[in-house]
Order: sequence, then structure tokens, then C-alpha cells
Amino acid sequence: MASRYSIFSLLKESFRGHRGWAPAWRDPEPRASYDFIVVGGGGHGLATAYYLAKNHGARNVAVLEKGYIGGGNVGRNTTIIRSNYLMPGNIPFYEHSLKLWEGLEQDINYNAMISQRGVLNLFHNDSQRDACVRRGNSMHLHGVDAELLDREQVRKLLPLADFDNARFPIMGGLMQRRGGTVRHDAVAWGFARAADSLGVDIIQNCEVTGIRQDASGVTGVETTRGFIGSRRVGLACAGNTSRVASLAGLRLPIESHVLQAFVSEGLKPIVPCVITFGAGHFYVSQSDKGGLVFGGSIDMYNSYAQRGNLPTVEEVCEEGVALFPFMSRVRMLRSWGGIMDMSMDGSPIIDRTPVDGLYLNAGWCYGGFKATPASGWCFAHLLATDESHTVARAYRLDRFATGRLIDEHGGGAQPNHH
Amino acid sequence: MRIPCPHCGLRIHDEFTYYGDATVRRPDATAPNAEAAFYDYVYTRDNPFGLHRELWFHQGGCHEWLVVERDTRNHEITGARPARDVFSAGDAK
Repeated sequence: MASRYSIFSLLKESFRGHRGWAPAWRDPEPRASYDFIVVGGGGHGLATAYYLAKNHGARNVAVLEKGYIGGGNVGRNTTIIRSNYLMPGNIPFYEHSLKLWEGLEQDINYNAMISQRGVLNLFHNDSQRDACVRRGNSMHLHGVDAELLDREQVRKLLPLADFDNARFPIMGGLMQRRGGTVRHDAVAWGFARAADSLGVDIIQNCEVTGIRQDASGVTGVETTRGFIGSRRVGLACAGNTSRVASLAGLRLPIESHVLQAFVSEGLKPIVPCVITFGAGHFYVSQSDKGGLVFGGSIDMYNSYAQRGNLPTVEEVCEEGVALFPFMSRVRMLRSWGGIMDMSMDGSPIIDRTPVDGLYLNAGWCYGGFKATPASGWCFAHLLATDESHTVARAYRLDRFATGRLIDEHGGGAQPNHH
Repeated sequence: MRIPCPHCGLRIHDEFTYYGDATVRRPDATAPNAEAAFYDYVYTRDNPFGLHRELWFHQGGCHEWLVVERDTRNHEITGARPARDVFSAGDAK
């Protein structure tokens, strides 16, 4: 097991020129078979493997990653955590996730720079205020913190926002103070290290190319590093879920779309919490280095390209400037794209599949990062016990056929509208 | 990404509205398996990694519905035809 990180290990290594640090996880050769295989070494897959080992005592677990740890969506998001949801199927799950975030760094012994700086959803007219009140009440009913701020309270927080915008004056906002941001790479590395220390094999550069089945269900996966046997295989490969699931003959209620994210040059502290603009789709926070980290809508067309197009860049920047006029003179440093599993109701799937022994964790749309710990927690529960976890019971694959949709935005079966 | 509209020429995709997979067909509501067929029609998609036939509406131009052939891996567009021609020929698949 890797040594425990602490102020003492840091001081000791400081005096030794940092030559004594061991790799944070091993680079093992795949074994012939495992009790559990998790396909996808992103945040969700690594969290699943960690909780399989920690909560369910599994000691024979592999995570298969086609690229490298931290190279996918876990390192491509805008790092926001929150549980300000409206629907009964969603709130308990995301609140479970936020509670796990709150104790995560001590649990996995890794500094993920979790910062509960607050998430503020702005509203700009009466009906949006009503919707915010309704959402806040719904959160209170589930024991989640929510606070309605009026215009002057928001002005104190955001003196540089455009309060007198002729079309979209800021009238207030719904604040969840326990929400915030996390350093996303550290989440991938921290879960990888913690899972590895409990014996999980993290196998990188290992793409799944086939899912082998017999009459009783899954028997293992074909990979670019050979066949690996297992009777329980969990897919946690959002973005590419349709591709991998099609190897087992499944056709899913999911489309893959590209979502872009952006970061500006470093600025002095001006955005104290996560802000969402209510008159469009724009969200921004400020990193500890001072860069504004922001994003907007998906590009709206199916894509696996991990890069988007300029009209979306223009749209996102226009919305940013509408909220914060000073942004018109801020230089953008970088933009990038990640591939989202856009489900048909905007909510995720954590469930069994029609193939025995094959389990699905998918459909995270824009919301996967904040869900990382609870997604792993609940998926591990499902893999280990064959039963859905209490807070993830609504995330059924068959809800599209039975009509039990969780349509948080009321967008209908148009995945690019969620 | 620019779409070669048969009427307007090469236009930026921002002029168009995307409507998704052009290969799904509304099933016969009176068929015995209509419920399952409608579930597939409304909810499930092939979501291909590669060539995708998809509907775009040229709302900032000629108001034609188009079936565009595009590679989802790199956004390369290899064809765009009026949807009415494609559907009347029955060859959108």
C-alpha cells in the first residue's frame, strides 16, 4: 500500500528533495479473471471500484481504461458540485453525493481541494423567482440547504454583475452554500490511489473490444490486452456507453453530444462562488489560480469528437458578457470538449441490463462530475448485491418504457434539450 | 462546421436547427407490437461512432429540412439532401 499522505510525509519529503514519493498506484498486468470488472477508468469507474473494495470487501476487482486515468470527462468538466435538484428521484441521490464529497478527502487521504464556496442560481423575472422558490422548498423537504437571496444580497456578492441589464435584470438568486468546486484531476487520482491501496487493479491502455456471453450471462470481456474473465461486469464509460453496450447487443436511450468548457487568464478574486445565469445557459466559477472556469450548453448535434464548434463558443461568451460586462476584455486561455451521454429524460441510469451479469452506469448528461462519489457508491452496491441502492432506485433503464421518467427540465425525449 | 445546403450553398451550422437521427421511422400504431416499436422510435438510438444520417432544418435560410451525412468522430460532412427527396425515395437508411 502507498504511504499515507500527511503534513509529516510532506515535510520529510521536502527535506529529501521529494525523491522518496512512490507512484500513487501500481501498473499491474491483467489477471485471467476477476470477481468484478469495471469498464471505464473515469471518476465513476474508479469510485465504483473503490467502494466495491471498501464497502463490500471485494478484493478481486479490475478497472479497465482504454486511455489513461484522468484523460476523459473527469478532467474535462467545470468542477462544480451541488445538490440543488427539484425532482424526488434526483434530490436524495445528489444530496448523498454532496455528503460524500464533504468527507471525501479524509476518506481517501487525498487533497481534492474541495471548496464549499456556494452555488448561486440567478433569476431575472417573477416566474423564474417562483421556480427558484419551488426548487428551494423541494430541497428543504429533503433536508437540503437552500437560501433565497434578494437583489441587494446578490449585489453584495457580485458587485460587477450587470444588475441593470434592460432585458435580464438580476432580481435575486437561489443559493446553496454547501455547493462549490473540486479539483477534478485530484478526484481521479485520489480515487485511483485509494482503490489501488485496497487491491484494485487499475489497467490502463486496455480497450474493451467485445463482451463475451454464454447461456447464463456475461463471462468476460475481450480487450486489446487479451480476454479477461468475469461474471460481473459494470459499464461506467459515459460518452462511449452506446459503443460499449452495443458489444453486448444493447441499444440504449442515449445520444453522445459534445460539451465545451472554457478557462480565462488569471484575474484577481471577483467571482466568489459558482454562478449560473438564469437568462440563458451559462455557469462560471473562479479557480484558485484566478482563471474563470465557465461553460454553457452542448453543441446540440451528435458527436464523439471531444471538440466543439465556434458558434457555441460565441454563444457562451455572449452570455458571459451579458452577466459580467467586464468579461468582454478578459482573454480566454483554453477551451476543450468532452463527450456527454445525453439520456432521453436528462437523468442517469444505474441499473441491471437485459444481459445477466452486465450492469450499466450511464446517461449522466451534463451532471456527471458532482455525482462521482454517489455514482460509485450506488453502482458498487448494485454490482455487489444485485439490488439498486435506495437513493438510486429511480435510475432504472426501463423507466423510458414504463413512463417513470425523471425529466428535471421538462425537455421531452430530445436529448440535446436537456 | 459548415453544411452544404442544396439551395443556399455552404452555410455555417448555426443557421440550422438540429433534429437528430434521420433513420428512425414512426411505427404503425395499429400493429400488434406497437408499444415496443414506439418505445424504440421515441427513446432508443443507434448513436453511431462514425457516419450519422441526421435531420437539420435550415431556419436561418431556405426553411428546407435536410438529411445530412456527417461523421460523428470528426464532424466531416459528406452530403446534404432535401429530406423530402430522401424520404420519397425511401432510402434514408
